[in-house]
Amino acid sequence: MQRDPLSTSRLRPGSFVCVEISTLGDSALLIDFADESSDPGMLLQRALSAADALERSKLPGVVEITSAYQSVAIFVDETNPEVSDLTEHLLTLLTSHEKPRAEQRAIMDIPVCYEGEFALDAARIASETKLPFTKIIELHCSIEFKVAGIGFTPGFPYLAGLPEKLRVPRLPTPRTKVPAGSVGIANAQAGIYPFESPGGWNIIGRTPLRLFDPTTTPPALLTPGDRVRFRQITRAEFDVARANEI
Amino acid sequence: MRVVVLAAGYSTTVQDCGRFGFRKFGVPAAGALDAAALRVLNLLVGNDECAAGIEISSGRIRLQFADDRLIAWSGGDFDVHAGAVAVPQLRCARMSAGAVCEISPRHGRAWLVISGGVDVRPVLGSRSTDVRARFGGWQGRALRDGDELLLGAPTKATARITSAMNGAVADWSGPQLSSSRAERGGVEGSRGESLQVAPRDPSTPLGMTLRITPGKNWNDEAGGQLLRGNFHVAVNSDRMGPRLEGANIDTAQTSELVSEAVVPGTIQLPPGGAPIVLLADCQTIGGYPKIAHVITVDLARAAQLQPMDEVRFELTTLEHAQQLLRQREHDIALFRAGLQARFG
Repeated sequence: MQRDPLSTSRLRPGSFVCVEISTLGDSALLIDFADESSDPGMLLQRALSAADALERSKLPGVVEITSAYQSVAIFVDETNPEVSDLTEHLLTLLTSHEKPRAEQRAIMDIPVCYEGEFALDAARIASETKLPFTKIIELHCSIEFKVAGIGFTPGFPYLAGLPEKLRVPRLPTPRTKVPAGSVGIANAQAGIYPFESPGGWNIIGRTPLRLFDPTTTPPALLTPGDRVRFRQITRAEFDVARANEI
Repeated sequence: MRVVVLAAGYSTTVQDCGRFGFRKFGVPAAGALDAAALRVLNLLVGNDECAAGIEISSGRIRLQFADDRLIAWSGGDFDVHAGAVAVPQLRCARMSAGAVCEISPRHGRAWLVISGGVDVRPVLGSRSTDVRARFGGWQGRALRDGDELLLGAPTKATARITSAMNGAVADWSGPQLSSSRAERGGVEGSRGESLQVAPRDPSTPLGMTLRITPGKNWNDEAGGQLLRGNFHVAVNSDRMGPRLEGANIDTAQTSELVSEAVVPGTIQLPPGGAPIVLLADCQTIGGYPKIAHVITVDLARAAQLQPMDEVRFELTTLEHAQQLLRQREHDIALFRAGLQARFG
C-alpha cells in the first residue's frame, strides 16, 4: 500500500473534502474528518455515513471498519495483494460525498435508577454544576444522546450530546471498581459501564439493562449512530427489571 | 478426550488467533500475543492453523493427558518436559495417555498447542479468553488447578505426523520466525537484530528493541525522546499492554484528544509521559495521543516483555514494516507447503 509514513493531509481542489488520512500502524488507516466542520454533531454524522459507505463498498483487502466520534478506522489485510490502491479508492469514495442513507433510527430507551446507592457521585455532580440533583436528573433524561463509538470495554457506549450545564471533570482519582450498569458523565462525554471495571467518570445512576451479551447477535445493546434517551425509574422498578435481565 | 490441568500457573489462558469483526462493539482482538507462533505450532502438530492453544506466562504448569496426543511449544525462556523427556521449542513431542507435561517458565510467555486443539466453545467467532469481559476461552477466565479441558479430534495430518516420528520428539522442527527472537542481557547488542546467547541468569532483565512507525500525534520533540529513551516495563503490566517507565516523555505538545481507534502496537502517551504499548487485549478506542506504533511483526517480541525488562525503540518505514509482514506470511506459507508435501 502506498502511503506516506507520516500523517497525510489531502486537500482536493474543487471538492469540499478535507480529511486527514493517517496510518494506524502498518495494517490500518485512520480517517479524521475534524477539519471539515467545527460542529461535533455534524462530524459524528459524517464519520457514521463514511463508515457506512465504506462498509458497503467492500474495498479489496479491507477486513473491518469502525467509527468513533469524528473518525473512521479501516483495518487492512496487508498480505492481500489487492490493497495497493486503497488510498486512491478511499479518496474517490470520500470525494463522491455520497448522500448518507436516510436512516432515522428508533430511540433506545435506557431506564436508569438515580437513587442513593447507585448515584455514587450525586453530591459531587450537584456541587460542580451548582444544580439540585433532581434538576440534574431532569436534564439527563431530557436529552437525545447519540452513540459516538463503542470501546473502553466491550459494549461501552460513548454518548455524544451532554449539555454544557452537566459538564463535570473526571474524578481526581479513578475508582478501581465501578459497578456494572453504572451510568457516567465526564466533561462532554456520557457513557454506561457494561461490566464492573475501573473508571474515572462521575456516576449519576445505574441501569438494569445488560449492555453486552456475547451470546447474542449483535453482542452489544447499542451500535454507533444509535439514538439514546434515559428514563428515570424507581428502585423497585430497577429490581424487577434486573431480575428479568438475569 | 481431555487434558487435566494439575497445576495452572498464573494468567494461563486459552487463546487462538484472535477475535475479529467485533471491534465496532468494543470487543478486543484478544488471541495469542504472538499469533504467528501459535499458527506455526498448530501446523507442526497437524492442527488447523488457528486452533486454540494455551498461553503461559508464569508459575509452574502441569498437564495430564487422557489419551495420546502430540504437543509443541515455543516462546520465551521455558523448560518443557513430556514425562522425563525434555522438549525443545518448535519440535512436536508425543504425550501418551496418563503422561504429564510439565512447563517451568523462566522468562516471557510461551504457547503450547495440543493435537486436536483445545475444544472450548467459540464465542463471537473465537476460542480466545477475554479476561476483562469474562467470556471465551475456558469459562472466560485464566485456568485454575483442577480444570479439565476438552480436546478436539486429531486430524489425519496429526496421525501421519505421529507415524513419521521415530522417538518421543520429532527430529524436524518448525521455523523460528525472525522477529520472535528477543535479545538477551541488555540492549547493548546490535539494534534490531537478535543475539543468541547461552542460557541467561533469570535475574538479568531482557533487553529488546522494538521497531516503530510514527503515529498520528507524533511530533519531533516527543518522538525524539521516545527514540532516545531507555525504558523498562512497569510492574502493573498485562495483556492489555506494558506501561514503560524510565524516560518520561514531554507531553507539553500533546493533549487529550477526541477518542478514536487504537490497535495492538499503538504507543499511547498518557499525561504522565510514561508510554503504554498496547497489546492484543487492548481496548478498541482511546483518547490519549498516539505517538507511534510498534510494527506488527515486532509484537511477537513485545509479547515476551515482563516487568523490569528493558525496551528501546527504533524508527522504521511503513514500507519496511509491511514488507516484513509479507515476508513472515511467506515464511509461514513455505512451512505449510513443506509439511503438506511431506505429510499430505
